[in-house]
Amino acid sequence: MNTVTWSGDRHWSQMVCDLRDVAGERSALHPTITITKLSVQYRTVEALRDVSCVANSGRVTGIIGPNGAGKSTMLKAMLGLIPVSGGTVMYDAKPLMDQRDRIAYVPQRTQIDWTYPATVWDVVMMGRVRKSGWFRRFSGVSRRIAQDALERVGMSGYCDRPIGQLSGGQQQRVFLARALAQEADIFCFDEPFSGIDQKTQSIIFNIFHELARADKTVIVVNHDLGESITHFDDLILLNTELIAAGSRQQVLTQENLYRAYGGHVGFFAGEAA
Amino acid sequence: MLEALIEPLQYGFMQRSLIVAILVGLLCAVVGSYLMVQRLALLGDAISHSVLPGLAIAFMLGANIFVGAFIAGVLSTMAIAWIRTRSPIKEDAAMGIVFSAFFALGITLITLIQKSNKIDLNHFLFGNILGVTSDEVWNTAFIAAIVLLVVGLLYKELLFYTFDPLGAQAVGLPVNLLNFGLMLLIALTIVASMKAVGVILVLSLLITPGATAYLLVKRLHQVMMLGAAIGIISSISGMYLSYFFNLPSGPAIVLVASSLFVLALLFSPSYGIFTQRHSDSGALLLWREIKQLIR
Repeated sequence: MNTVTWSGDRHWSQMVCDLRDVAGERSALHPTITITKLSVQYRTVEALRDVSCVANSGRVTGIIGPNGAGKSTMLKAMLGLIPVSGGTVMYDAKPLMDQRDRIAYVPQRTQIDWTYPATVWDVVMMGRVRKSGWFRRFSGVSRRIAQDALERVGMSGYCDRPIGQLSGGQQQRVFLARALAQEADIFCFDEPFSGIDQKTQSIIFNIFHELARADKTVIVVNHDLGESITHFDDLILLNTELIAAGSRQQVLTQENLYRAYGGHVGFFAGEAA
Repeated sequence: MLEALIEPLQYGFMQRSLIVAILVGLLCAVVGSYLMVQRLALLGDAISHSVLPGLAIAFMLGANIFVGAFIAGVLSTMAIAWIRTRSPIKEDAAMGIVFSAFFALGITLITLIQKSNKIDLNHFLFGNILGVTSDEVWNTAFIAAIVLLVVGLLYKELLFYTFDPLGAQAVGLPVNLLNFGLMLLIALTIVASMKAVGVILVLSLLITPGATAYLLVKRLHQVMMLGAAIGIISSISGMYLSYFFNLPSGPAIVLVASSLFVLALLFSPSYGIFTQRHSDSGALLLWREIKQLIR
């Protein structure tokens, strides 16, 4: 009954995941990222102060807050991309920094030089660099995984397209494909929806939720408090320090939003309790 | 015509020049592509100017001048990085400060020693490809082998790192090591090219062939390969110009490379000024470009 067969529309990593579940090999079900007293100091400016919270696997977690609240900073600090002035980040009972091969990180689109001489295929294959190992060529398996990832985001017809010739939404989907190709357990995205069309946004959210169903951890820095906020399961609300964290309903209260944003805030109608 | 080109190759010095021209054209284009895509063209300039004092000091001490130049080049990148991270001075200013200081020191030292020793400052500044010794050919070949091997082995990591340093760091690639390795490759390449084009103009061979190729092809390894072909053509042509017209080899090589770039700029299928809009005549287009510039 539980036969696993190859089929085009299922992702390879998901299959491996199912197999592991069947065999009961997973080290821990629902591993959690636990952030304790994370602080970041930029020269004299305090960018993040003693933030403690968790991000659960199987959930799509948004990091929200006003401009300059330290959202991207928090993500980068968690992943060891910038020096922290204090705090720890644990995952699956071990320091996250010792398990970097389990992380897929997609930076803000504006941080990337889109005139770089690379094709869509080149970018997606970057997701296989770490798994391939030093001095080795990409294997057939890696190519298959990259191909599947591109199909999953609906970009498989664009393999040979230079990345500079893509629309913003297509660029974001290529980056998502790269993250999928990494077969990571933790997926982190820095403002993936800025300047993105509605169609791409719903494709991306669908995949986020698929990942969550496969017990992955999905963490997304989101600037916008509009309709997109309703797609998150959990939220982390920041304004240099942690304002609130938990399920969307718990976090999106008038009081929390007032504390984060001050007086005026236009969030999606009907959400706040 | 062909005979006129082959005939000089019976001389040993021309054979040596030819080998160096091919190696340098190849090496500079491959390594320079990394500088171009990272928008670090100025860093190439900074390192190349900075090798001069190391070269002079090595000469005074009787050490290998390639090693001295290499050490000075690496020291300059470290000085630039140190100023940038330890002070509010921006990277471009740090480069300007460091490379001009190193260059001035180099010029001073070489001027002091060139009377007593038989060395010519101009050869280091502008290249003298026809004067390479067989030792220098071996040094260049050795460096070329190392650099190309490293680029070949680390190609996918360097592609990832130069395209998306943060993404590469996030998955745990040793980005500082990769960056430092890249700087070493650049310094080695500059040292190997010193005799052919000179330290002032080596930037051209690093950037121009890659930039020309970038106008024509779309992937990094294609940029490197086409760039290498363009670089080799430029350096061989420059070598012959230097032989027939008694020109300094560096400027001759650079002028060929720059001319090829201009051709690509005008006629590239995707970016060419004359090839983009077919309906108008060339003169009108050029006029429009000029108007856009001064608007």
